[in-house]
Amino acid sequence: MSVCDTTTPKRPRWRAWLETDTPQSVRQASLQETWRKVLYFRSQPLGMIGLALLLLLLFVVVFAPLLATHNPIAQDLDARLLPPSAQYWLGTDHLGRDVYSRIVYGARTTLRIAVLVAIIVAPLGLVIGATAGYLGGIVDEILMRITDVFLAFPGLILALGFAAALGPGVDNAIIAIALTAWPPIARLARAEALTIRQADYIAAVRLQGASAARIIVRHVMPVCLPSVTVRVTLNMAGVILTAAGLGFLGLGAQPPWPEWGAMVAVGRQFMFDYPWVVAAPGLAIAAISLAFNLLGDALRDTLDPRIG
Amino acid sequence: MAPITRMAAFGRGAIPTSAGLRVGLGRVVSVLFTLLGLLALTFFIGRLLPADPVLAVTGPEVTKATYDRVYLELGLDRSVWQQFLGYIGGVLQGDLGRSTTTGQPVMQDLMRAFPATLELSLAAAIVGSAVGIPLGIAAAVNRGSWIDHIARIIGLAGYSIPIFWMGLMGLFLFYAKLHWVGPSGRVDIFYEGMVPPVTGMMMVDAAIAGDWTVFRSAFAHLILPASVLGYYSTAYISRMTRSFMLEQMTQEYVIAARAKGLSRSAVIWRHAFKNIRVQLLTVVALVFGGLLDGTVLIETVFGWPGVGQYLTRGLQFNDINVVMSTVLMIGVLFLTINVVSDWLYRRLDPRTR
Repeated sequence: MSVCDTTTPKRPRWRAWLETDTPQSVRQASLQETWRKVLYFRSQPLGMIGLALLLLLLFVVVFAPLLATHNPIAQDLDARLLPPSAQYWLGTDHLGRDVYSRIVYGARTTLRIAVLVAIIVAPLGLVIGATAGYLGGIVDEILMRITDVFLAFPGLILALGFAAALGPGVDNAIIAIALTAWPPIARLARAEALTIRQADYIAAVRLQGASAARIIVRHVMPVCLPSVTVRVTLNMAGVILTAAGLGFLGLGAQPPWPEWGAMVAVGRQFMFDYPWVVAAPGLAIAAISLAFNLLGDALRDTLDPRIG
Repeated sequence: MAPITRMAAFGRGAIPTSAGLRVGLGRVVSVLFTLLGLLALTFFIGRLLPADPVLAVTGPEVTKATYDRVYLELGLDRSVWQQFLGYIGGVLQGDLGRSTTTGQPVMQDLMRAFPATLELSLAAAIVGSAVGIPLGIAAAVNRGSWIDHIARIIGLAGYSIPIFWMGLMGLFLFYAKLHWVGPSGRVDIFYEGMVPPVTGMMMVDAAIAGDWTVFRSAFAHLILPASVLGYYSTAYISRMTRSFMLEQMTQEYVIAARAKGLSRSAVIWRHAFKNIRVQLLTVVALVFGGLLDGTVLIETVFGWPGVGQYLTRGLQFNDINVVMSTVLMIGVLFLTINVVSDWLYRRLDPRTR
């Protein structure tokens, strides 16, 4: 009777529309292509775990005031270095601040750094790389030499130098990291631009009288975008680790505002007797950079046309 | 620089062809340009640093007259370009200025700190290769098996866990709880200065002096920071080894060798591995470059008196010359490592000729 109903659930119409073998319009066909990628992405468990972790981070960032059990910067010297308990879920630090609430608010700092670095780095790398690759010649030579100079330093060292020069603080850390994170993106965008500059459709647009700037912005950069997106996502793990490193060395967020790297640094001197002060923020950093790594790997597999 | 010029002259056999010379020259020019860029960047960072270079020399209590004299002596009245040229001139002569915190010439400080960093990096690279290469090969040959998964997890963890945190957790577990290793520093405090410095590398010096107590103490202090650093190279080396090996295993010569009746291990070690040796060598060379990043944090965590700790101390005290010079030195080292590994690859791999 009712058994038959549960075994054959009806497919919603939008799914049928997305999965039909005979698309009626270009729009439907391209949406179908996107849908196939979504399905492929969904079939990768590790990528989904990464996505879930990042959604959790977003949730924590948005609802931090509701999730935190204490004021993250309120000191209570009577409650110094308490072990994890029902009242203090992850214990308290050397000033009696609740470690759990500080981690919750520290998520805001981490996400802010990641998002702002991506917002600066992706367009910067895209413009430099696409311009160099499309125009070629002397412009390419100059831009790539500059890129090489930035690549000639290990990332953290250069970020340290810039952060020191700009002075401590989250905003300066963001600028310092962005200054060191654009070269690989530019390299990648250039390589993509090189392969499509000879394409027939580019020649066609050029013959129609489009300017170089228009071709770069409207026709070269969009093609580079998927691989740049993947690369930025993959590099986000590195960005978060660099940010944590800067925070650890005292060049990130300034006290009393919570930042995970700085929390590890402060907890260091109490670590042997009160390990939770150090363990918890470090695990938070590891979880978020792991999430970006997993998501980036899955995105790469999904968007790489050689596989998909 | 030496490798480049040699490559230009001898890269394609004894007699350089004009094309070979042109390629070599082009490479020299591009490296020189990058070096100039490094100098410009560090100069720029030095100018931006929020410290008064005059007060850094004189100290905060200073009369107007002395201040002006030092101001002129440091050439701060000259244009930025003249100052930049002066900076380059100084660097070329090995003059990196004085550290305001140690009072010593920065060059001398760096020379003293470098062997400690080298010792740590060498040990880490050894750990990384000794674990990473076999792991990568095992993962490639048994693709999809448990060992492949372990290699993947090690890699993922290496790209996700902050190195300074792993160092601290290592200290907590292996020093504070298990007492397997020594605490921070290079040797136990009462062995400090007991062996004459020859190479500056504590274990080597102890071995030269034949003092095995100091040697053991130095080893107990080195093993943990080297393993933590080495873990991160393991992640990279095993991943690269795995992909090189996978590429070889699908080649026809491997199938042919198997069809001829050669054993699996003979094919893996005598044929496939032989073909990836050169690639691996360049990977290990590049690992040293990657170690420079981690060493700054690890030296800070372990109180290791190397270049990295020198840099972070300089940062704390806004010591302009120290920050500029250390960043420059690490940049030059990194560039040298890249050039040398590139050169090694071209020299050793006949397929690139």
